[in-house]
Amino acid sequence: MSFFSGSLFFIFLIPALVPAVLLGLLGKPLRTYRNLLTVAMILLVYLPAPVQLLYLILYCVLALLLTTLFLSHRKKKGREPKVFYAALILALLPLIVCKCAAVFEVSVFGFLGISYLCFRVLIVLIEIHDGVITSVSPAGLLSYLLFFTSLSSGPIDRPRRFEKDDTAVFSREEYTELLYRGIYRIVLGAFYKFVCSEAMYYVLHTYIDGYQSPPYLVAYAYVYGLYLFFDFAGYSAMATGTSYLLGIRMPDNFNRPFLAVDLRDFWNRWHITLSSFFRDFVFTRFMIFAARKKAAGSRLQRASAGLILNMFLMGLWHGISIHYVLYGLYHGILLAVTEVFQKKSSFYKRNRQKPWYIACSWLLNLNIVMLGFLIFSGYLSEVWKELMH
Amino acid sequence: MEEKLLEILAELCEDDVVKDSLTIDLFEEDLLDSLAFAELLYAIEEQFGVIIAPSAVAREDVNTPEKIIALVREKLDA
Repeated sequence: MSFFSGSLFFIFLIPALVPAVLLGLLGKPLRTYRNLLTVAMILLVYLPAPVQLLYLILYCVLALLLTTLFLSHRKKKGREPKVFYAALILALLPLIVCKCAAVFEVSVFGFLGISYLCFRVLIVLIEIHDGVITSVSPAGLLSYLLFFTSLSSGPIDRPRRFEKDDTAVFSREEYTELLYRGIYRIVLGAFYKFVCSEAMYYVLHTYIDGYQSPPYLVAYAYVYGLYLFFDFAGYSAMATGTSYLLGIRMPDNFNRPFLAVDLRDFWNRWHITLSSFFRDFVFTRFMIFAARKKAAGSRLQRASAGLILNMFLMGLWHGISIHYVLYGLYHGILLAVTEVFQKKSSFYKRNRQKPWYIACSWLLNLNIVMLGFLIFSGYLSEVWKELMH
Repeated sequence: MEEKLLEILAELCEDDVVKDSLTIDLFEEDLLDSLAFAELLYAIEEQFGVIIAPSAVAREDVNTPEKIIALVREKLDA
């Protein structure tokens, strides 16, 4: 069982939201109810696989210990890179072991949501290191890590942003606003996921899957891309909308990605909380690190290296399969090409505001993005195997 | 400090407009991208000895020259 799928989940969720809405409209605090609901929903989803529940609890214990110990060390000793890296590695270890084991088709310490949970722990550790988080309460940390709407598949909220809403009490007017925005997202998300995404899935597996000629590959790329968007954006919108109803203004994960005019624009619109995590916590830090160490190469070369590394890691995070690695490298290299082109080309600078240029750039970018999804789907390796036989 | 900072900013944005209009939105106007932003943080660290962690500031805290100056001043005074 998983979150936001299957009738059982919604049979529990929908009535459980009614008391939250009533509390909200009365201007009462939502925190206690929200936390109780999180516990209930986690039990509902994880109890059919008790081992996963055990792993989830163990990982949370690890997260609590790590953050508390690291925070007290940080306060006493200041910034110590070695301790910081050790803490990061310890937090990442279960995820790495789990993903490596998956390559050999064995499950070691795998549980629903490990990838996303791990990211939240990393954010907390990094912000402690930065001196931005100066206190950690076990209850506050657990509600950030485990809030059920985003536990297993995002969006990835930020701890200080979450805490602001977590401790807030909204007035009737404020909550009414949240309620409208929440309901809008839930309805839109349900439409995306249960109508559009299902339709794309049907088309994909009825008419396209299994054929290897180039026109079919193009069709596969487009239909799979649309399926992926409706499935994931729909899921995210439902998660965000439910969060709103529970008094948490969870950040949106998608912003009309197929309207993007270039690849950089695309990553500001697609899986936004993941790409901004990588931007703020990997790319920016890599660039500062490279500048500090007086790394060789021009500004653009360093930026290109940073972009490729960034997207490579993003690909790996999805799983250690050849198609995820290729997907990451594909986007990294093309982002670097985009960066160099936009910085160097006088043609770009002359024409970038002109409608014809924007139209061409949009069309090219759409095809680049769809080809990326074809790589991501893993379908190409199936086709490859077929052709080899 | 202010002049020096604006100098750095103008160089990173490749546009002197940032010296004159201190309230211009650097991200909206395409003056500052993620790359230049990282370089700005490093330049501030190197020039003024002030470490600003990327996670310490949200985009809307540093989207104008004015806000960046205020932030560095605040860090220098602290």
